[in-house]
Amino acid sequence: MMFTRRTMLGTLVAGTTMLGALGASAQETIKVGILHSLSGTMAISETTLKDVMLMLIDEQNKKGGLLGKKLEAVVVDPASNWPLFAEKARELISTNKVSAVFGCWTSVSRKSVLPVFKELNSILFYPVQYEGEESERNVFYTGAAPNQQAIPAVDYLMKEEKVQRWVLAGTDYVYPRTTNKILEAYLKAKGVPESDIMINYTPFGHSDWQTIVSDIKKFGSAGKKTAVVSTINGDANVPFYKELGNQGVKATDIPVVAFSVGEEELAGVDTKPLLGHLAAWNYFQSIDTPANKEFIAKWKAFTKNDKRVTNDPMEAHVIGFNMWVKAVEKAGTTDPDKVIATLPGTEAPNLTGGISKMLPNHHITKPVFIGEIKGDGQFDVVWKTDGLVPGDAWSKELEGSRDLVADWVTLKCGNYNTKTKKCGGQGS
Amino acid sequence: MRRLHALALALCAALLTLALTAPVHAAALQEALARFAADSYGETETAIGEVAQSGDPRSAEIIQALAEGRLLYGPGRRTYIKDKSAALFDAATGESAAGEPPAGLKPVRVNNRIRRAIESAMGGLTLLSPDPAKRLEAAQAVFKSRNAAALPTLQTAIEREPDRRIKRVMSEAQAAIIFLASDRPELDRLAAASVIAERADGDAQALLRNLPPGAPERLREAAQRGIDQIESRLAILKAAQNVFYGLSLGSVLLLAAIGLAITFGVMGIINMAHGEMVMLGAYTTFAVQEVIRTSAPGLFDMSLLIALPLAFLVAGGVGVAIERTVIRFLYGRPLETLLATWGVSLILQQAVRTIFGPNNREVGNPSFMSGSFELFGIALTWSRLWIVVFSLGVFFVLLFVLKFTAFGLRMRAVVQNRRMAASMGIRTNWIDAATFGLGSGIAGIAGVALSQIDNVSPNLGQSYIIDSFMVVVFGGVGNLWGALVGALTLGVANKVLEPFAGAVLAKILMLVFIILFIQKRPRGLFALKGRAVEA
Repeated sequence: MMFTRRTMLGTLVAGTTMLGALGASAQETIKVGILHSLSGTMAISETTLKDVMLMLIDEQNKKGGLLGKKLEAVVVDPASNWPLFAEKARELISTNKVSAVFGCWTSVSRKSVLPVFKELNSILFYPVQYEGEESERNVFYTGAAPNQQAIPAVDYLMKEEKVQRWVLAGTDYVYPRTTNKILEAYLKAKGVPESDIMINYTPFGHSDWQTIVSDIKKFGSAGKKTAVVSTINGDANVPFYKELGNQGVKATDIPVVAFSVGEEELAGVDTKPLLGHLAAWNYFQSIDTPANKEFIAKWKAFTKNDKRVTNDPMEAHVIGFNMWVKAVEKAGTTDPDKVIATLPGTEAPNLTGGISKMLPNHHITKPVFIGEIKGDGQFDVVWKTDGLVPGDAWSKELEGSRDLVADWVTLKCGNYNTKTKKCGGQGS
Repeated sequence: MRRLHALALALCAALLTLALTAPVHAAALQEALARFAADSYGETETAIGEVAQSGDPRSAEIIQALAEGRLLYGPGRRTYIKDKSAALFDAATGESAAGEPPAGLKPVRVNNRIRRAIESAMGGLTLLSPDPAKRLEAAQAVFKSRNAAALPTLQTAIEREPDRRIKRVMSEAQAAIIFLASDRPELDRLAAASVIAERADGDAQALLRNLPPGAPERLREAAQRGIDQIESRLAILKAAQNVFYGLSLGSVLLLAAIGLAITFGVMGIINMAHGEMVMLGAYTTFAVQEVIRTSAPGLFDMSLLIALPLAFLVAGGVGVAIERTVIRFLYGRPLETLLATWGVSLILQQAVRTIFGPNNREVGNPSFMSGSFELFGIALTWSRLWIVVFSLGVFFVLLFVLKFTAFGLRMRAVVQNRRMAASMGIRTNWIDAATFGLGSGIAGIAGVALSQIDNVSPNLGQSYIIDSFMVVVFGGVGNLWGALVGALTLGVANKVLEPFAGAVLAKILMLVFIILFIQKRPRGLFALKGRAVEA
């Protein structure tokens, strides 16, 4: 294990938790696995999530723990290495005997741990917005499905900004490709002609955006209002936005709405030239509710850093953790089968003033917000959905996926085909 | 034209009546200002229109304040303006509101729709401003918004305008409004279409395409001709633009690779930690800017110049340390060197992650490196242009050091024949360390430049290491000119391919091309001849 400042902090917290537990009673603890990369490319996003989990566990212990026992965090570092995620997941479940795991960021890391969770029958809480088209018995998806982020964002641009021409720009991997497929189908269903949609993919970490930005400018000069829907992945965003700013593409002419750019990503950019570009999320730090204020204050105190920001996947972990705590309390045990059966229907308050609910398809209900980038790296919410949007495991926009239903309560199936009346997806 | 005059006259008359009924329009201003307090984008948009139309001398100031987030509203639907020194004024009267309690004041919220309304209103209001920059901005705003209400002011502005360039933009703005106005005579609109076509850029094209259905046939044809004309002009520009983008990408590759051309090319060390030297340079820039921000903000534009020597020293120092502690024991064992330097690169990355945190760090652009300018209709960004100049500068300085200094002479001697050089009294150990330090230091300098266009994160170096090796291998190991020609060729080829093949495929094609090229010429573009090669 590499000793960064944060893992050291983590170990310390875990250590004190353990000591506390020993002091209180000789009982054993309930172990919670944290599977986030602390080194490698994804450390930039995932380290924060590990810290949030440590904070939540610490807090729960101060409230007296769970089922009379103390919680103990087990932190491992899968080092942004997808096969290592599976190994570390196995280690957490079989060696450390954790009751639930909170972790993963990229879809490929989630896919790589799936077989392990199925085989060893454990629980994974996945906190990041993703492409959907999946529902597994052992996984609970607390991030947004495409209908909780991408579709409302496009609706907003159509209605409020009167956008008629669309650039779908993304990094070349599974999340942007699937999301763009869904968006393309959705736009065409809304009557947007093929010639008004431009799709562009770039490699991971792309840093030379000159050609693409000038292409976008050209595409935008066709006389129709144009917008960019960006599924560009974390690291490539900074040079992309810098190029937009330098080439003078302003949000009032061609707005960019991003699905992977949050407060954390903007911390590395001078946001003044980006004023008015948009992002769609289920949470923003700037949302003014008592719950959110309290959370931000606790977060800053926990990290001892007044400049730390909060973001959407952090909130997803807060909701997921609280749901798990409630389900364990209700079930009276941490036995995975009983907790999995109890979780659907469990409610937990989100930080934006609503109550999120775990659905039978293992996704949750969330509000959707559209925010505009402000000069200080925060977002100003300009639009939100009326109520909470239930997450769809299977997109209604895609051929084939449309017929599938996930229901782990009555149907006990993650891909029930309503046409063939069989569990087993699109085939057969 | 007669119609236009009539309109101008009518407007003058209207203005006169407005002036006579001043108290009435003051009330209208009050009413409009109250709308800002409604905290609704719709109301705010209406209010902007009303304030702009009110003709009140304070309207430009009010809208400017709104744009800058200095327009506040408070209880009783009253609005205030906060000036740059944070002093409060009543928005309606302009009187100081220092004595009143500013409790519960909130800035009026602005979104893209409001920003567009602001631009459009400001365009109309500042056309007659004494500041030429503001007039130009206003004319451009009117061209974009095509706000017909600005037409009379535009007319006056064109007549008064002394600057030819601004005058042209104003005429274009006027033409844009007339072109789209269906109540105008066809001849006026045809003339407007040709004025717009002469502007010959993407915006003009967009405007011509925007002709509403039901326009006269002749106008439609004229617009189409204009579109085609611009299209062919843009196609030529596009080619020129791609070449510039290619040179710019090539110069970035050159910067990243030039240090490697010394450590790998000249010394033959497969240095996987090369990218991390670039990263150290970028983090040095960040640290310098942090210090400048807190202690001497006035020096910010100089921050890169200050960072350059420091980055060279930091990265060069780390390089010498690596050479002395690791690499010197591994000379002649390339596989072990590769693994060892790979390990060093991971250690450096994690060290930086521990010290600075895993997140991106913000490195600001000095003013001379922000924004873009137009050259024959091609938009070039300053940051890219400076990097082209800078990388060529670094290249020639390095070439000079190698060819014309005593150190360069010794270095070349050691590379060509180590034992002979040693027997001539050259301390080869010392030269090895200094050469490796020089290569690393140059990488650090590259980091200063790359911090301007890329993420400053612990992963910065990794994204450049493959490209750097590609350039050096393609250009020919052991030859600086090879690195130059190799980098520029790869850059231009990549950018010419990109529009057709897409960024992902372009990159793959480049790799395939290099693999094939190496099959044909294993020593790269500029093969080093002489004894060292055979050895």
